[in-house]
Amino acid sequence: MSDPATLRARAEGLAEALPPLLAEAEHLAQAVLLGEHGRRRAGVGDEFWQYRPAHAGDEARMIDWRRSARSDAHFVREKEWQAAQSVLLWVDDAASMGFSGERNHPTKAERARVLALAVAVLLMRGGERVGLTGAELPPRRGPLQLLRLAEALGADGAADYGTPDATGMPPHARAVFLSDFLGDLAPVEAALTEAADRGVKGAMLQILDPAEEAFPFDGRTIFESMAGTLSHETLKAGDLRARYLDRLAERKQRLSDLARVTGWHYSTHHTGEGAQGALLWLYRALERAQ
Amino acid sequence: MWTLGPIGFTAPLLLWALVALPALWLILRAVPPAPIRRRFPGVALLLGLTDDDTQTDRTPWWLLLLRMLAVAALIVGFAGPVLNPDAREPGRGPLLVFIDGTWADARDWARRMDRVGAALDEAARDGRPVAVVQATDLPEAGLPFQAAEAWAARLAGLDPAPWAPDPQRLADWATGLDGGFDTFWMSGGMEYAGRQELLSTFEASGDVRVFESARPLVALRPAEFADGAITLTALRARAGAETQVTLAATGRDPAGVERVLARVPATFEAGATTAEAALVLPPELRNRISRFAVEGVRAAGAVTLTDDSLKRREVALIAGRDNREGLELLSPLHYLEKALAPTADLVEGPLSDVILANPDVIVLADVATLAPAEAGDLQTWVEEGGLLLRFAGARLAASDVSRAEEDALMPVRLRAGGRTVGGAMSWGEPKRLRPFAETSPFFGLSVPDDVRVTAQVMAQPDPALAERSIAALTDGTPLVTRKRMGKGQVVLFHVTANAEWSTLPLSGLFVQMLERLAVSTRPARPAAAELEGTTWVPEAVLDAFGTVREAGTLPGVAGETLADARPGPGLPPGLYAGEDRRLALNVIGPEAALAPATWPARIPVEGLSVARETLLKGWLLAGALALLAVDILASLWLSGRLRGARPAAVAAVLLALALPVDAQAQADDEMALRATSEVVLAHVVTGDAQVDRIAQAGLRGLSQKLFQRTSIEPAAPISVDLETDELSFFPFLYWPVTATQPLPSSEAYAKLNRYLRTGGMILFDTRDANVAGFGGGSPEGRRLQQLARPLDIPPLEPVPDDHVLTRTFYLLQDFPGRHNSRDVWVEAAPPDAARAEGMPFRDLNDGVTPVVVGGNDWAAAWAVDDRGAAMFPVGRGYAGERQREIAVRFGVNLIMHVLTGNYKSDQVHVPALLDRLGQ
Repeated sequence: MSDPATLRARAEGLAEALPPLLAEAEHLAQAVLLGEHGRRRAGVGDEFWQYRPAHAGDEARMIDWRRSARSDAHFVREKEWQAAQSVLLWVDDAASMGFSGERNHPTKAERARVLALAVAVLLMRGGERVGLTGAELPPRRGPLQLLRLAEALGADGAADYGTPDATGMPPHARAVFLSDFLGDLAPVEAALTEAADRGVKGAMLQILDPAEEAFPFDGRTIFESMAGTLSHETLKAGDLRARYLDRLAERKQRLSDLARVTGWHYSTHHTGEGAQGALLWLYRALERAQ
Repeated sequence: MWTLGPIGFTAPLLLWALVALPALWLILRAVPPAPIRRRFPGVALLLGLTDDDTQTDRTPWWLLLLRMLAVAALIVGFAGPVLNPDAREPGRGPLLVFIDGTWADARDWARRMDRVGAALDEAARDGRPVAVVQATDLPEAGLPFQAAEAWAARLAGLDPAPWAPDPQRLADWATGLDGGFDTFWMSGGMEYAGRQELLSTFEASGDVRVFESARPLVALRPAEFADGAITLTALRARAGAETQVTLAATGRDPAGVERVLARVPATFEAGATTAEAALVLPPELRNRISRFAVEGVRAAGAVTLTDDSLKRREVALIAGRDNREGLELLSPLHYLEKALAPTADLVEGPLSDVILANPDVIVLADVATLAPAEAGDLQTWVEEGGLLLRFAGARLAASDVSRAEEDALMPVRLRAGGRTVGGAMSWGEPKRLRPFAETSPFFGLSVPDDVRVTAQVMAQPDPALAERSIAALTDGTPLVTRKRMGKGQVVLFHVTANAEWSTLPLSGLFVQMLERLAVSTRPARPAAAELEGTTWVPEAVLDAFGTVREAGTLPGVAGETLADARPGPGLPPGLYAGEDRRLALNVIGPEAALAPATWPARIPVEGLSVARETLLKGWLLAGALALLAVDILASLWLSGRLRGARPAAVAAVLLALALPVDAQAQADDEMALRATSEVVLAHVVTGDAQVDRIAQAGLRGLSQKLFQRTSIEPAAPISVDLETDELSFFPFLYWPVTATQPLPSSEAYAKLNRYLRTGGMILFDTRDANVAGFGGGSPEGRRLQQLARPLDIPPLEPVPDDHVLTRTFYLLQDFPGRHNSRDVWVEAAPPDAARAEGMPFRDLNDGVTPVVVGGNDWAAAWAVDDRGAAMFPVGRGYAGERQREIAVRFGVNLIMHVLTGNYKSDQVHVPALLDRLGQ
């Protein structure tokens, strides 16, 4: 038992940080109107699906007597199969995500967290279970899970570039990777392959800052990565622009190819734009991934 | 000094530093700009990329050029460049700066002083002692040599004089000069006596340089008046091409403001040095002219003052006897008319009319008695400065005027009858005139032999007679007597104005005597002999720039010096006032001519517009600094540091500095928007927080009630500060009166009066009807009286039964608030308001009453709190609630009245209107 006073203080400190993120995510999720998302076949669920004539082998308690009383045959009331899916989120927490090209743009990490939490809110509202990849936070549902997610997403990693963690994914689950994918692509490839092996499908959203997309630099510049592990000096940054953009396009192409091969969905989102479009795309990508 | 074209360098060796520029170019090119460190996640994509061209990192050529220019400007700047350097050999020895200092210099005095300043600077550089001497203001003797700097400080104190140098004085001074010195002669371009001699003196002492302005020298001779036209003659020094000048006549207009009364162009023919112009003006206008001037020339010579010689006196002639038909020569006024017509404007008519015209002189020829009223007027007129000139005659001799005691309008007492000498029925010879005594104004006039006096009225011997007699016959009997009265005088000729009693009117002496008496104006200037013994006081003086100034306390001058004097140090040109007339002393005499100063060919003559040395160092250094500033911006831009939001931010900061945002104005705008986008009730802030709160709540309650019950849908009420807020937005002001309320400022009162006049309404509420009747002695009542005193409030009356307030929305007869007093006052109905036949109401004032005054504390009755509940109890029980309801209804009626005016009054006209429309 911890001291109630410190517990209270710690709880409040925690709550202080979480609700804004959660509130922002809820706010974002509010805008998406959920349609029906049942499995379109009979199964375990709450919603009525159809009446079918009772077969031999159906237990007597399965017969819907009210319906059967209106005719001579017996009917069984079937419900729509509404098995919950597990959705696993991987949000890149590396230092590179902390970049923002302009003061009034959110950092990529901020945007990624909001998007992740918003998609979690939406999914939970749809009855799915949401968790994080890895063993830290297995998929669960409920408001408490949202709070746990928010807390887990709040942490910043120390690495310069993030590598996706494909462990802890139950088979045939769905997954969402949110990152800038600016680091080495080999781990991404490996993670995706592993996921595809387990039948996990999902969506990759590459979040980029407008500055990374435009490379608006000139003059003699020393570029350093966010954690400072990499640096590159150029005498005339403007001359590198075309080649940088080529490399970026190449990388996007590679990610896109990778997604196609593994049956994932891939898109790019810029922090200069609103989060709404990205959320809609994520949500629809997850629906398609079913 | 080393010169390069028009530019010289004081430190030319520094220019060698320019050789280093190419080296600097190479160094600057070799050093790339400092790198910027940027955090950028995309660096992962950059790894391995090499720069295409290792040369491109170098500073671009234009930036290099910019820096080279800056450095070059610095080098050249420090080398001390001088534009138009004075390459002459520096002079040695003392320098005399000789300035003519006449009115001819005044045209461009400031530029001349600049030039002298330049000469002094030069002398200061060369370390020469300098003496600055003005020809019109010569030092006692010798040359006052001092350091050039000392003179430079005194230059501003030098002024030209409005006269030409005195040749005698100049010659005396020149003979006292010795020693060698160079001369810098600032010539006015006008020849004057003694100049040539002076030049040879200067040349004997050293080099002479002459500076002369190229500006033409123009002058104006005194105006002459002949045959009804004023002739003006303009002069110029050098005959040249045809030129036109405009001559302006200046004087006071009837309002007393000095202005140009007339303009006339004068044209110098090619090769001529004089130009004439004639100006014909009505006498009224002509008498007003005080001076003529050549327009656009600031010099005393181009201004000529006018004196009495231009003026024509108004003389009223009144005869006591009706003219007899056909006997023109016997008319008492005939000779006067003949004598005065050329030089005076004659006025005729009844005496009472003539006095109104305020002439300079009134002549009464043989008028004995005057009506008492006329006599009184005449006396006043004389004391105001008029000259009453009386002539004797049969009537005067026969009358009792001034017989026993002296008449106020007669200079002496008269004996009965008069006398006749030398006639057919009398003894003795006709009398002749005695020469005029020295004290007489006629002194100096020669008496012709043929003037005979055969009859005269006789003066009673009196102690004052000798003093008053200014002309006498040979036997000592007075012929002309004079008495001073106030500022004016009464003069009596003891003979008739026609030739009946004497031959005086036939002689030229008569005209001269009239002139001397200033009855008529003398056409010519008085001679020195005439002016002898008189003293003339300057009234206005002319400075060299042609500006007329008050003479102040300048001493008077003797008449003989004035007569043919040239202006000089003790005798400035101007207007001099004597006993009974004024004389103008002008710079240019009537015969004067302008001659240009001529210089021998050996003397170098320069114009004023000598290119002055200009130090370019400051400009170059400033230019270098500006270039370096540009370089900073360019470097920042080049290295990518000046990009994105930053220029926008810089621009925003600059804009913010350039356009200071007026927070007050913004607040005013907000309030104006709030007040005008919807109907808003307002109350005056009294300074008492509680009262203001209740007023606010009361108006809120009233606004709610209006919203619920009527089509008026007011927004939340506004508190108005009379001193700062605009009132015209509000149709209605509620003004609770407190005893301690400060009086508004006069600006606020002006605003309030404007508000009341343009249809606003104020409800004054003294809130004391429970303890005091209206206007009673309550403190609030007294305060209300003080507050309302400066307001433009019409007469008031208690609300009449048929006032439109009683029926604008509800039908009311009482106007209670928290208190129920019937003392509510509104603008009084016009006294002729009458009830039309068959109409229930009188046809009352057309408009909204600007004030409603009462003490029922309405705001407290209307007041509601935030939840809409009444804040204050009114009365007791149901009756109290009923009173509150009536109070609210009064409020509704009041606002309806404010917004609809006399609309409900007009309802009474509806039947008549319908009837006329045929329905």
